[in-house]
Formats: sequence, structure tokens, C-alpha cells
Amino acid sequence: MKTLSSLKGKRALWLLAVVVIIAIVIYIIEEFGLNAVSLLESGLLSMTPLALVAVGECINEKSGVVNIGLEGMLLISSVTGVYGAELFENGFIGLLIGALTGAFIGFLFGIISVYGGADQVVAGTGINIFALGFIQYLLMAIWGFPGIHILERRLKVRPIYTPIGQLSIVTIFAIIAAGLAHIFLYKTVFGFRIRAAGENPEAVDVAGIRVDRVRIFASTLGGALCGLGGAFMSVAWFGAVVKEISAGKGFIALACVVFAGLEPLLALAAAFIFGFTEGFAFSVAVTPGVKEIIPFYFINMIPYITTLIIVTIAIGKRRFPKASGVPYRRE
Amino acid sequence: MKSERVSLMKRLKIPEVPLRPFIQSGIAVLIGLLLGALLMVIFGYDPIIAYYWLFRGSFGSISNIMETLSFATPLMLTAVTFAIGSKAGLFNIGAEGQIYLGALGAAAVAGAITLPAGLHAAVATAFAMFLGAIWAIPAALLKIWRGVHEVISTIMFNWIASHLVTYLTIYYFAQPGQAHRTVPALPGARYPVLMEGASLTAVIFVAVAFCIGIYIYLWGTKAGYELRLVGANPDAANYAGVNSRRVILLSFIIGGLAAGLAGASQIIGRPPAWSLYATLGNVVTLGFDGIGVALIGRNHPIGGIFAAIFYGGLRHGGRFMEYNAGVYSELVRAINGLIVMALATPEIIPIIRRRLKI
Repeated sequence: MKTLSSLKGKRALWLLAVVVIIAIVIYIIEEFGLNAVSLLESGLLSMTPLALVAVGECINEKSGVVNIGLEGMLLISSVTGVYGAELFENGFIGLLIGALTGAFIGFLFGIISVYGGADQVVAGTGINIFALGFIQYLLMAIWGFPGIHILERRLKVRPIYTPIGQLSIVTIFAIIAAGLAHIFLYKTVFGFRIRAAGENPEAVDVAGIRVDRVRIFASTLGGALCGLGGAFMSVAWFGAVVKEISAGKGFIALACVVFAGLEPLLALAAAFIFGFTEGFAFSVAVTPGVKEIIPFYFINMIPYITTLIIVTIAIGKRRFPKASGVPYRRE
Repeated sequence: MKSERVSLMKRLKIPEVPLRPFIQSGIAVLIGLLLGALLMVIFGYDPIIAYYWLFRGSFGSISNIMETLSFATPLMLTAVTFAIGSKAGLFNIGAEGQIYLGALGAAAVAGAITLPAGLHAAVATAFAMFLGAIWAIPAALLKIWRGVHEVISTIMFNWIASHLVTYLTIYYFAQPGQAHRTVPALPGARYPVLMEGASLTAVIFVAVAFCIGIYIYLWGTKAGYELRLVGANPDAANYAGVNSRRVILLSFIIGGLAAGLAGASQIIGRPPAWSLYATLGNVVTLGFDGIGVALIGRNHPIGGIFAAIFYGGLRHGGRFMEYNAGVYSELVRAINGLIVMALATPEIIPIIRRRLKI
């Protein structure tokens, strides 16, 4: 029990540190004459896909399925999300279609890693390579125009007005989803089974629970969250889909997962740090006086440099499930 | 049934073990092509016509084969980047960024300074390889010192490289009056074109020689043995006194050299551009394609050459498929991804067999 309480203490410390840093940053922003509300808005927008993907990946990695094909799933679901929105004339259905696409890919990934005994890292890379070509093929096959498609304005999912600025419903959902994922993993029987399938699949099997089904379910759930993140980018954020829409976000989310040590709430915090850094960087970049000095290309590098720094600092202390990425075979 | 096959193999004197990789790769390629056909059918294209043009376009005539080989040249090198990482137990997917740096290095030397013909090409190639290796080192050091997983770090370095090289191309190395590309390579820095009108140049000999060199290094030297030992069994390597940190660094550096050479091959070894586009259009995705090529070639430098020719053929034939059958050529890359997934799932074959009761 000692380890558990010390873990909780650490977690609280991390969250406190995040809050303090944000307070300091907001103070600096006010000094520079930037708008804190718009900064928070853009930070939350950038956070949303990262948080959804990272929380989803926490769930399936807990069960022992490591999916690094997140980047590819984001790409594919961003296209199907737009397609769904236009087909059903409704942005929300677009989001749903995106989530279903992600769930489908997650399901297939679960099948091949559970029954196919797949090398999950290679298979995930396969998804990423597949997506690079497939979405360009899809864009051509559906709309007949290479590399980009702009969603009709009226179909875009609009943000709602809240006391802390304009927020997308998906952002709120992402925050709730992180909390729910935590409760699901730690307070429910099924969540316990998922964690056990990742730690000690033999014991789960002996207890009469199907390891294969638990893992496939977790992979499907993780995929659905990832797909929602992809559809969010195209349907609710950019209002368009381009062939580089994900821009490494799948891997940044993977970094969030590593940073969070598979804890959904910490993954949310990590996603917020990344999202906020990105929003902050872009806001600073367009400030008069700065944009003449620092080329835009360097501002573009900030999310990736942040990721490298945070991963470099955070790594080495986290504990991962023992059977993560290892196919389970009955003897 | 299995014993029957073994005895047949013995009678025909076919060694069973070395053949398996070919069969596995072949089956994975077939699965990839079949699923690709399925994707065509879903969107209303005719896969038979499409594949007819794909393969006729890639291997149908001498000039097409020359183009295919030209496409294969960088791919066999980026495949080495992934393969040598894989042999050392790493998952190095940083070829994409390293090839950008290599291309920039070659373009800078070939366009900006003047040297005697021949020597100029050699210096440009060497500098490209040097930059590729330099860009590979940070990910290796992060892995060694902090245990940062190379999948995350190399992808981040790829994106940083993409922005950095675009910036440098536009602001420092652009052709005056034409910001969209670097100064074209001077004639003395170009590899000779092998056939009039084709884009295949002598750089392919350098590429093949590099792959063979890596093969000799891996299977003929002590350092290569140590590298494979670390990949196959880190504990045993540790026990045998192999310095695994040195091995990791070396495998990243060699991978960087390969990717840098691949970058050079697209600048000073491929007409008609002879320069780097600011969109990075003539080098982009070659690094990722190399992953698939390496896996089809079973992470073997020589296997990679053949896999690169196969995939280079798909890339070149894809243009014909697009023109004559209307199927967008990017589908070829999707097929590559499907092949990778099939290769990652070795037990797919027994499962299919069981289901079909073969």
C-alpha cells in the first residue's frame, strides 16, 4: 500500500507543478500584452486530439496491446469524419463516423495482435505507412482532388460559449473521458481485468476470463478514442482535411503516454502541456516584433522539441505492464 | 504432410531454412496486392486493368526497368537504415529526417562550391552522408543516456528536420529568383546518366556497393557480429563483454550514412531536377517507404536491394496505373503498408491454412 500512496503523492505534485507553471505563463502572457483567454482556447484545441489519443492508448497498453499506428489512425479517421459529415449532412455524425473508423482499425489491430501473434510495433508502423498512401487515395477516390478537401462551413461542429472562452464539446468530452477512463481502469471489475491482462495474462486465463476478448475490447475502445481525435481535427477544428493533418500528433500522444506511465489523468495533463506549448508558441510567433525575428519554421519545430525535452526528462521512472506488447498464448 | 514436404525438399536438395524468408515475403506481398485490389473494387476501379498497367509500367520495357531501378536506388539505402537498426535490436525510423539533411548537404556542396569534376561528386556525396550521420546521432545519444525510445525521438527529429531543411533551402540555398528549389548541381558534381533519356545514373552502383559493404560488415567482421549479437540477445552480448552503447551509436551512425547517401542520390544522381525542392517533394516519404522495403527484404542488406527494385517498380508503375486505369498512384504506398502488416503477422499463414483446411 505504501507504493500506492507515494504514487498518489507524486501525481498530486505533478499536477500542482503544472498548475503553478500555467499560472506563471499566464502572468508572463499578460505582461506581453497577449490575450490569456484566446491562448487557453488554442491550447485546449491543440490538447483535445492529443488527450483523446493518449487516453485511448493508455487503455489498450494497460491491456497489453501496444499500438504505435496512432498517427495513421488519426489520418484515416480525419478523412472518414469529413466524409461522414458530408454524407449525413451533420458534423456530429461525422465525429461519430470518425470514432467508429478508429474503433474498427483498433478492432482489427487487436485481432492481428492477439490471434496473429503480430509484432505490434511493426504492425503499427504498417498502419502508419498504409495511412500515408491510403488517405491520399481516399481523397482522390471520394472528391477527385489531391491532398486537400475543405468541409462545407455549415457542417463544421461549432464551439460552445463557456465562462473560460469558446470550447468545443469534444474538448469537454476529452477531459471527462480521461476521468472516466481512470475510474473505469481502477474502480470497475472490467478495468481490473484489463490491467490484469496486461500484467499477468496467465492469471486472468486461470480465472476463467478470456484474455483475447479483453485485449481486443481494450484495443477497440482505444481505437475509438483515437478516431474521435482524428475526426475532431478535421470536422471541429480545421474544418478541412489535408494529407499532413496529423503532423506527428500520433507520436506526440505516444510521448504523452510514456510520460504519463499509462495513467489516463496524467496523460490528460501531459496533453495539456503539449497543447498549451503549441498554442503559446503560435501566439508568440504572430506577435508583432517577434514574427520579424524568428522565422515561422522554427516556431513550427516547438511541439517536437518540447516532446523531446519532456520525454528526456520523464523517462526511466515509469513502470509499464509486464506483458505489454507480448502476445499471449495458451499452453 | 509436413514430412512429405521436407523429404521433397531433401530430394530436390533445397535447403529449407533459407527459403522460408522468400516464401513469407512472397505471401505477404500477395496479401498486400489482394487487399489493394479489394480497396480498388470498393471504390469502383478495375483491379485487373490497374495491376496490368502497374506491372507493365514497372517492368514492361528496358526504359521502364531503368526508371524502376532509379526509383529503387534511394529505397535500398533507406532500407539499410532501418535494417541495421533492426539487426541491433532498434526500431530506427529516422531515415526520413536524415535523408532531408543528406539531400540538403549534397545540394549545398554541388551547387555552391566549385571543384574538379568527379571529385566534386565525391565530396558532395561524402558531405551528404556526413550530415545524415550527424542528424542520426542525437536520437542515439538520447537512447543511450536517457533510454528515450527511438520511435518517438526519431519521429520528432524527422519533423524538426523537415522544417529546418525547408527553411535553409528557402533562405540560404535557393536559386536566385527561384525560391522553390536550390541551386542546381554543377555538371561536375553530377553522376553520369546511364542511358539517354532515362533518370538512372551511376549512383546506383554506389548504392549497391554500400549495401554489399553493409552485408560484409554485418556478417564478415567482429563489429558486425557484435551488432547482431546485441540485437539477437542483449543479455548474452552483455555477458560476452560487448559494449552495447557503442553498438547502438554505431548502428545509428551507419543508418545515417545510408540515409544521407540516399538523399545525395536524389540530388546529384537523378535528372532532371539536380536540386532539392523547397517542398522537399523529391525526397519526402522515401525514408518511410524504406521501412517497408527493409521488412520485405527481411532486414537483410542484399534482400533490401531486391525488395527496393520490387517497390521501386510499384512506384514507377503506379504512374502508368494512374494514367491508364485512373487509380491514384498513392494506393501503392497503402499496399506497402498492408504488406508490412502482413509481414508483422507471421501466424497469419497457419491461421488461413487451418480455416481453409489445407
